[in-house]
Amino acid sequence: MANFKVNGRSVKADVDDSTPLLWVLRDSLNLTGTKYGCGVAQCGACTVHLDGQPVRSCVTPVADVEGASVVTIEQIGSGRIGQAVQKAWVEKDVPQCGYCQSGQVMSAVALLRDNATPGDADIDEAMEGNICRCGTYGRIRAAIKAAAANLN
Amino acid sequence: MTNPSVMDRIGPAWRAAAGTDMSRRRFIKLTGASGLAIGLVSAGAAGAATPKAGAAKLKPGQQPGAFVHIDPKGVVTIQINRLEFGQGSHTGLARILADELDADWNSVRAELAPAGEAYKDPAFGLQMTGGSNSIQNSFTQYRELGARARAMLIEAAARKWKVDAATVRTRAGQLIAADGRSAGYGEMSEAAMALPVPASVTLKKSSEFRLIGKPANRLDSADKSTGRQTFGIDMRRPGMKTVLIARPPHFGGTVAGFDAAQAQAVKGVDSAMQVELDRGATGVAVVADGFWPAHMGREKLKVQWKAPAELADSRKLDQQFGALRGRDGLPARAGDLSGMAGAKKTIKADFRFPFLAHAPMEPLNAVIEMSGTGDGRRCDIWTGTQFQTIDQVTVAKVLQLKPQQVNIHTMFAGGGFGRRATPTADYLADTARVMKAWLAAGRSEPLKVVWTREDDIRGGYYRPLTLHRAEIGLGDDGRIAAWKHTIVSPSILKGTPFEAFLVKDGVDATAVEGVADTAYDLPIAVSVHHPAVNVPMLWWRSVGHTHSAFVMETLIDRIAREAGRDPVALRRDLLKKHPRHLAALDLAVRKSGYGTKSLPAGRAWGTAVHESFRSVVAHVVELSIEDEAPKLHRVTSAIHCNLAVNPRSVEAQIEGAVLMAIGTTIDGSEITLRDGVVEQSNFDSYAMPRMPDMPPVDVHIVPSGDPPTGVGEPGLPPLAPAMANAIFAITGKPVEALPIRL
Repeated sequence: MANFKVNGRSVKADVDDSTPLLWVLRDSLNLTGTKYGCGVAQCGACTVHLDGQPVRSCVTPVADVEGASVVTIEQIGSGRIGQAVQKAWVEKDVPQCGYCQSGQVMSAVALLRDNATPGDADIDEAMEGNICRCGTYGRIRAAIKAAAANLN
Repeated sequence: MTNPSVMDRIGPAWRAAAGTDMSRRRFIKLTGASGLAIGLVSAGAAGAATPKAGAAKLKPGQQPGAFVHIDPKGVVTIQINRLEFGQGSHTGLARILADELDADWNSVRAELAPAGEAYKDPAFGLQMTGGSNSIQNSFTQYRELGARARAMLIEAAARKWKVDAATVRTRAGQLIAADGRSAGYGEMSEAAMALPVPASVTLKKSSEFRLIGKPANRLDSADKSTGRQTFGIDMRRPGMKTVLIARPPHFGGTVAGFDAAQAQAVKGVDSAMQVELDRGATGVAVVADGFWPAHMGREKLKVQWKAPAELADSRKLDQQFGALRGRDGLPARAGDLSGMAGAKKTIKADFRFPFLAHAPMEPLNAVIEMSGTGDGRRCDIWTGTQFQTIDQVTVAKVLQLKPQQVNIHTMFAGGGFGRRATPTADYLADTARVMKAWLAAGRSEPLKVVWTREDDIRGGYYRPLTLHRAEIGLGDDGRIAAWKHTIVSPSILKGTPFEAFLVKDGVDATAVEGVADTAYDLPIAVSVHHPAVNVPMLWWRSVGHTHSAFVMETLIDRIAREAGRDPVALRRDLLKKHPRHLAALDLAVRKSGYGTKSLPAGRAWGTAVHESFRSVVAHVVELSIEDEAPKLHRVTSAIHCNLAVNPRSVEAQIEGAVLMAIGTTIDGSEITLRDGVVEQSNFDSYAMPRMPDMPPVDVHIVPSGDPPTGVGEPGLPPLAPAMANAIFAITGKPVEALPIRL
């Protein structure tokens, strides 16, 4: 049993403490925008923000989020940075299959929150944990720069 | 001047087997070695497209009603007869139809069509997404559909306004009479759909295109950037349970016994049952309320496995394949090798390409639900699949239903790259087998069968381990005197329903494509060995070209060096009769600065050009070696795909193919087996290219107005050899294996 907030709403998860946050979001709360890709924090598809920091929800036991505030892809667009990132994603026509993009967007928002003018090396470092099999990395890079420019 | 894709051979053969008129009731049975039967049923029986009265002469794929719906508000919804898994056909096909319909693009929506007769590939007679054929094969089909719907709207307006239809114009979703009266498509939609479908229509001249050929963003970009896009794995049905399957550690292994007591003690676990699986294997399905209980339950299962007789082992396979390439195989192309004896110089090269997993980001999954009784029994499946027709027939067979009782709802898929097009329909047949066991246990709730990443990486259906040997004799003047080529590659099609079409005289066309049909003017003889291996194997984005382009394109650079020629100039000489190759090569070379720009110290150029899926792609790369690994600084690409329906989408596909090809070069991009067990299991052991691996990619499209050719795959084959050629230029040492180890 864990009590925490998801996208501003209080939730109570009546599941085994070992259950990763990912499966609480997807199976208990039907917030399916957050994706399962590997289950071992290798691909970043499951990235959410935990008290403002990007985490891999697939390896975050729900017991560890007790009392915390979780923001997912479903809510990230309500913030200024999230909105700018999603707008840039559409303008640069970033997605292909799209499966990894929730995690990519969540990582990009976290990057721009810490660094308003990221350079290529900053982008590499912040985004290296998010795998895209379709090869949208170039467009992701361009979209992050476009979002940064719009925000500044 | 174009080499047809080997996939194209399916079409005529399949149509011949099915009868030339696919709209007539036919039922055919094609029995491969696996005993799989494929049926083609009548248009009406398949459910999706019942021909309208007055249009009886039209074939199922020509029925506008099955493809386009215009609501009274003017919203145009277009059914897409393909899977959307990143390649962009969802947007591209919608734009093709919308252009001929003269629709307002802002009012256009697109949906993925379910399995149905109407949605079969018009050339193949199978509903499928593969061979880079979505736009190629449905370009004219979607234009004709749009033009027919437009003609019906015009006719409806003419009747209402009592004017000659020839005087009614259209513009972006509006019907306009000569006297200035106008109406939106929505207002005329119901009257139009009641009219007979015209048997023939006149298509636009290319100069009249408003959407085709113009760059456009994807219809699904916003949903995919906001988490709103629903994929197969997101599907949920009332009362649904989640299933994970404990599969045998060896391909074709079976359950000798199992103890589920601890598994069933896990909170949320419903039950565990033995199930039949693909390739004669058996396993244990753990049924639970959600993924995590299913996962924990599977961890707690105690299963004794019985291994099959044959256990594949990479070290032994390398030895076995290596011995084979020293012998002549089945002839795949005859050639005059008499020049070898008098050759002044020879090049002898051995190449190795490993097993590769597709590893789409969305692991395989399917939701299955049973309903009805007796003749009304029905099975619904929600899944991302490239092979609806095969899946429908296979699932029906498992559940003892007729194909038309199996409804496959095509879901957006998180990648596929060939993995969702299995001739055995493996993951859907397994899903049906789980349902069969579930029903036998007296249960009936819907089930979602999910693969973990480990299941995916270890689950087989790999690009085959492939070896090549080339012996090339050069004359005094550097001329190629003779080229003896041997390929060792297990057949991916033997024992499948495609064997009859793509395996000729024992030669699997997918293993030799790109060599046996090379565009280069060469005295080349090709033979092939297809050793049988107990590993499931499959096409992997660009199929045989994944290895053949590497071999051919690196050898051309080696010949150029031996002959003292510039590698681009040598290619131009050998491709004199291939204007599309020359156009792509010249465009990439010109845009890259090759031959005119000088590179910083330590960098070298690498070039490759290759045709696949009827398109030609050339890449020119700038590369250096850093920390004993190749570092790409820039890729300049040119594609000749005839008419680029959506240039922005073409660019995206080339960028994506470049990245996937880079993935084949990085250390750790290899599946290996030891005593029958796959040694990799997740992205920590099976390496994926990441953000820092992606160089800037500039894509250029050769202008053309000819009917579109493939785009999804052709960008992949020439990239790795272009990298290898740059490495060869720096080190003088040829690269003869992927992944690249310096």
